[in-house]
Amino acid sequence: MTEKITWDKSHLLGLKDLSREDIEIILNSARSFKEVSKRQIKKVPALRGKTVVNLFFESSTRTRTSFEIAAKRLSADLVNFSSNISSLNKGETFLDTLKNLEAYSVDMFIVRHAHSGAAKYLSENTSASVINAGDGQNEHPTQALLDMFTVQENLGQLSGLKVAIIGDIFHSRVARSNIWGFSKFNSDVWVCGPTTLIPKYFESLPVKITYDMKQALDGADVVIMLRIQNERQQSQFFPSLREYRQYFTLGEDKVKFLKNTALVLHPGPVNWDIDISSSLKSRMQPLILEQVTNGLAVRMAVIYILMEKRHYEFID
Amino acid sequence: MPYQEKQKLLKDETINKVLQRISYQILEKNPDPKQLVLVGIQRRGVFLAQRIKNIIDKLEDIDMALGAIDITLYRDDLTVIGAVPLVRETNINFDITGKVVILIDDVLFTGRTIRAALDEIMDFGRPKRIELAVLIDRGHRELPIRADFVGKNIPTSEREHVVVRMQELDGIDEVLLFEKKDD
Repeated sequence: MTEKITWDKSHLLGLKDLSREDIEIILNSARSFKEVSKRQIKKVPALRGKTVVNLFFESSTRTRTSFEIAAKRLSADLVNFSSNISSLNKGETFLDTLKNLEAYSVDMFIVRHAHSGAAKYLSENTSASVINAGDGQNEHPTQALLDMFTVQENLGQLSGLKVAIIGDIFHSRVARSNIWGFSKFNSDVWVCGPTTLIPKYFESLPVKITYDMKQALDGADVVIMLRIQNERQQSQFFPSLREYRQYFTLGEDKVKFLKNTALVLHPGPVNWDIDISSSLKSRMQPLILEQVTNGLAVRMAVIYILMEKRHYEFID
Repeated sequence: MPYQEKQKLLKDETINKVLQRISYQILEKNPDPKQLVLVGIQRRGVFLAQRIKNIIDKLEDIDMALGAIDITLYRDDLTVIGAVPLVRETNINFDITGKVVILIDDVLFTGRTIRAALDEIMDFGRPKRIELAVLIDRGHRELPIRADFVGKNIPTSEREHVVVRMQELDGIDEVLLFEKKDD
């Protein structure tokens, strides 16, 4: 009858650093937080008087909005900071910006940055909690957590699954976070994409590599389609979109390899007809929107757990 | 600091008899049971609520609405107890506006849990009235809160601790008094 729940982390930097138990604590809590958004008054007073700063050095609307709504539903005060309209343009350094904000007694920073490791660097230089909302090509932990939450809700489990991640693996922090997350539950993670978009060092990760969609989709329980990130493509990684489409777009010709029960996820925004064929839109979109709803619940859970941190021992 | 069992306050069948009495008292005070909805506080309050529902449903031949709330997100003492529990499910999937809500918990102590529960219920609508039923009232209130229906009043000292065990969760029905032991 005694249930001890311990959480000793002040920051969420990536799923690589979390244990399976940590992930379970977050996903279990997220289930309760999902209910809050269904109430008539969609707000709880849990984090009254806490200040959260959305520190975004890279463009984002969905993730930023999701974190903003999550913090507000918990009654925290949230401030949005966007690098393109800030004093960074006047030459202020990253750390000086941080220290200035910290002078307002900020309790939590939610940071997105184009450089891998930015969130970690921030966490080493602040007494506030830090959530990584995407750092370069490293990790995007809350996206993977919401993917896992969606899978758990729909399939009832996270273990023993075949998870195929398809598309631009090279630039994808979502892929990396999902690899760490799902592999901790003993699921088989596959990555699939053009040879130029799967880095060599992935051979050292807990992941299987294929360049053939059929092999990736065959028997898969979960398929995570990634977006071709045109904004990050400084050089050409494949000859043409037309060619990419032929091999890697999830269309009628490839969907037939999938099991009936397979879930198709996408972190959004979807490039229809490049990532997924628009003929599958009516079939695929409901689950992708469910991911957005789940993302809010997962982010509420993460903000709450980190904020009410650091070491809990609860006797039930 | 370890706790040591001191006394068995209620056991087995007594608990069900107490719940029978509370159910009759609820009906006595509320002649129109169709107005009633039950809300149990996680976790044992939910099981107590379920048992009271079974009793009243049978007596009145009705099917009362039953909800559960977790008050974790409404607490005022997180930093004091230095411990945060898993946030459990809140489930009130019926309209409480205009209804008489019977709020049910196992042990009434400082009253802070009830304060939190009252705030939370208000966020779901505007009930006509909220009444409180508890299995044990152990005193030591820190807020002006009292129960409308009490299973058993047990004066305790601050060093004591009341533990309610229920069949549904613990495999046994009993209420025990523990006392803090100095090492």
